[in-house]
Order: sequence, then C-alpha cells, then structure tokens
Amino acid sequence: MFLNETPVLSVRDLVVRFGEGCPACLNHQGSMEKNRCAHCGTVWAANKVSLDVYPGEVLGVVGESGSGKTTLMRSLYFDFPPTSGKALLRDYKDGQKNIWKASSAKQRMIRNNIMGMVYQNPVMGLRMNYSAASNIAEKIIAAGSRNAGQMTYRAKELLTAVEISTSRMGEAPRNFSGGMQQRVQISKALANNPALLLLDEVTTGLDLSVQARVLDLIRKIKALYGISILLVSHDLAVIRMLADRTIVMLDGSIIESGLTDQILEDPQHAYTQQLVHSLL
Amino acid sequence: MTKASRNYNYAFLDEGSKREIRRATLKAVAIPGYQVPFGSRELPIGRGWGTGGIQLTLSLIGPGDVLKVIDQGSDESVNAVNIKKFVGLCTNVETTTEAQRATLIQTRHRIPERDLEDGQILIFQVPLPEPLRIVEAREEITKKMHAEKDYAPLWLQLYESLIRYSKVTIGAEYPCLVEGRYMMNPSPIPKYDNPKLHEAKCLYLFGAGREKKIYAIPPYTEVVSLAFDDVPFEKESFEGRHCRLCGATNTYLDEVFDQRTGAQYHQCSDSSYCREQRGKD
Repeated sequence: MFLNETPVLSVRDLVVRFGEGCPACLNHQGSMEKNRCAHCGTVWAANKVSLDVYPGEVLGVVGESGSGKTTLMRSLYFDFPPTSGKALLRDYKDGQKNIWKASSAKQRMIRNNIMGMVYQNPVMGLRMNYSAASNIAEKIIAAGSRNAGQMTYRAKELLTAVEISTSRMGEAPRNFSGGMQQRVQISKALANNPALLLLDEVTTGLDLSVQARVLDLIRKIKALYGISILLVSHDLAVIRMLADRTIVMLDGSIIESGLTDQILEDPQHAYTQQLVHSLL
Repeated sequence: MTKASRNYNYAFLDEGSKREIRRATLKAVAIPGYQVPFGSRELPIGRGWGTGGIQLTLSLIGPGDVLKVIDQGSDESVNAVNIKKFVGLCTNVETTTEAQRATLIQTRHRIPERDLEDGQILIFQVPLPEPLRIVEAREEITKKMHAEKDYAPLWLQLYESLIRYSKVTIGAEYPCLVEGRYMMNPSPIPKYDNPKLHEAKCLYLFGAGREKKIYAIPPYTEVVSLAFDDVPFEKESFEGRHCRLCGATNTYLDEVFDQRTGAQYHQCSDSSYCREQRGKD
C-alpha cells in the first residue's frame, strides 16, 4: 500500500495572503466575507493548507472558483512566494529542507528536474513562438544537457507518447489546437522524468472528445511512468476518473479529504454535499 | 596643436572622468566578461556612434601611443577617419593604418586579420552589450540571470535555429562564454572573428557608450563560442572565393557589386591587410 511510503510531496500550513492583514484577521478572530477580511480587505487565498502526495498516487483537489486551488499549485511551482508554510519534496535534500526557503537557482532546479507543471492556459506553460521540439528542449537544456541530438530524440519520444506527429515538431504551438497545446504542455512537463506532475485544470475549456483524449493520456502516463500527480479540477467527473484521493477546498481552506469514492458517495461537509449533489 | 583644441584638456575628457573610466576598465579586466557600469560622458558625437569606444580610447591614450581606427575592417570609412581626426586633434598622437604598429586600435565590428601581440589593446565599439537581451527584455532579470549563470534561454535560441533551419543562423554578435563564467556579447563582429578572442595575446576592451557599460577579455583568457556538443561552432566559410585585389583566401571577404555591370565579386574586409599583401608582391 503506497500510503505507508514517504510522501513525494508534503505541504504544511501553507498560507498565501494578498494584503497586509490587520490585527483582526491575523489572529483569525475578525469576521470574514468568504476568504476576504471584512475589516481590512486582505484576501487569504490559502489558509493553513496541508497535504501529502504519496508515490504513484493521483491526489485530486476540487473546489469552486476562488477556493485557492490554483494558488496552491502556483506557489508550489514558485510562480509566487507563499506568505508562510513549508513544502518538502522527497527528491530534494531527502525531504529535510523547505523548498520555499531555497535559493532561486535551487528553485529553478526543482522546477526543471523534480516537478512538471501543466497550466490551465497553455500560454503560461509554453513558448508559443518557439517550436514544439524547442519547448521540450528548454527543459532538457535547463537540466544541463548540451547535446542537440539527444534533445531531438527525447522530443520525438515524448511527442509520440502524447500522440502528436513528429512531423509537426518544428511548428510553433501557436498554430496548434487547444487540445494539442495541452498535450505539448504535458510532454514538456514530462521531459526530465519528474517525480511530481502538477496538473491545473488541464481539460477545462476543451471540448468533450478532446477532454477524453487528454484524460486517457494522463491515465496512460500514470500507468507507464508511475509518476505522482497533483490534479486540480472543478470538474467532479475528471476527479472521479483519475484521482485516488481527493481534498475539497473552500475559501482557501481544506474542508474535507479522503478516498475519492468516499468523498463522492458519502460527503460529510455541507459544501461537499451541495457540490456533489449539484453536479451529479 | 591648433588654437581651438588648446582650450580642451589632453584627450578631450577631464582627468576625473578619465580616471573613473580607467577604474571601471580595471574592474572589467579583473572580472573577464562582466559588464561594469560607468558614467558615460557627453562627447561631440551622438550616442550610438562609437562613444563607448572613444571614451575608452581617450581615457587610455598617452603621448607615446600609436592609434589605428577601423570601421568594419576599413581604415578609410567616414566613421574611422573622423574618430582618428578627433583623437589626433586633442592628443597629437601618431596615427597609423598598420595593425602591428598600433598600440591602441579602436574598431567597429571587426578584428584585424593580423594576430595582435602583447601590449596591444583592441577597443570595440558596442551598440548592445547584453547578450541576453534577445531573450529577455528586462535589465533586472538579465542581471539576475548572469548572477545565477542561467544561460539556458540562449541555448534554446540556438536549438530553435537548428530545428527551424537545420543550422545555426546567428551571423554576428555570436555569444561566447568567457573563462567559463560570464556569457558575453562580442559586439557585432562576424562569427568569423570569434575564435580570435580565445587565448589572445592582446587585451580586448569593449565600450558601450549609450548603454553605459564596459567589459573586457584580458590576454590569454578562455573564450568559448556557444555550441552544442554534437553541433560544433562553425565560422563563415569562403571556400572557392578569393579577394579580387590581393587574391587572399584566408581572410574575411566582403561581397561587393560592380555598380555598372552588376557583377559580384569579393574583397578583403580588412583593407590595410589587403594593401599590405599587395605590397609584398
């Protein structure tokens, strides 16, 4: 059972705050309008979020817009620094050092070698004016390789894995369809065999048949590489299909967590009950 | 000295300015390839016309020096002639066109064909000193990238040209890594000249007047042009071509068209080397 093993990623008490805060909200005593302090207007985008991702598991994160799902993902990928909190990676200093305290050069190494990210919006994850092959090569270069043949070989291998014809690897993703762009992003994220894949709403905005192909691909990747995945989605169907365990977020906090089937069949929290009820 | 120039300090700039530029130059020599900021002075020519190079020349020149100025290999172009005239006017130093006789050579976009020796200084005029500018527009970020030695985006640029055109398409301003540390823009010299930067006997100084930066390659410094392990650096090849005037096949050749007939031919870009070769025969 994989839950006995050391987690690939542990997050403890992640807080992301936009605004200075006031005595009332800093002490968690003031009244809040959702995740916004009624007194000073500070937004608590993530408030004491803790989670573990175990080897080979898919951990789903659900919640409505503004619940802090993307904030969690983006602070994990160092897009902005969290206000406080600790994140440990099994593959970085044996999980002894907080990755948010690492130097920016170290953080870049972690981004390139240990984690892979797929953004909801491909514009954020891809260089749209560079070819698909270069997008993959970018990761390999950042990991230290200086061998062009090796990069091309790996790009072909990965593009084939995500079902993109290698004859199109010289084209810029700008000219690709939305589903193809998402698949290029996935292949880019996998370039350095990361231990952890962060998927942020990968299928949102794609039509149903394309969604199905992308989801199939993620399942295939999971089976093939045994990679751990942190999967953010507001779509319960995606969560049901892919996630082993699920956490539910509301207004920046985790309100419920457990096995996916359990969450979907027997939700405990009122919000989760409403969510499951409204979508199924 | 003419009457007008007597009103100016020796070598035009005041002594304090020259000292500041020399201090920046020393720092640049101490940290090969690192761009040292300096307070670029006003000169009687516009920024972007070689003011970085001129300030280096003026701050280093002394009565015993012999000056040569070249513009894309030519000693006779307007830019070269006027800079030489200006420096001559305010210093009275001897000027020359022979590369081996000069102690100071100010150049725009070429390195002389003849190898330079100990004690010679080659001063480049640099329009854009930042090699990372093509991949990152923000100075704040490029500074950070240099500090962390994060040159991956340049390699990506190189890979992209391999994927798109199956060859490296950078012709001039070919980036090179100096002493294994700083990525440097060698100014818009053709990549043909890049190998001459490596382990050279002379001192190379680079001045960017508009961008207010000075950097240097000291003698006997390792300079490696950007290249993949399996796709080695290649300079321009002039195979099957020769200079129409001196017949040289081992120099950087310019393509020239006859205005009347439209016929295409080649000639040495380094005019003084070419003249010297012809004098031999």
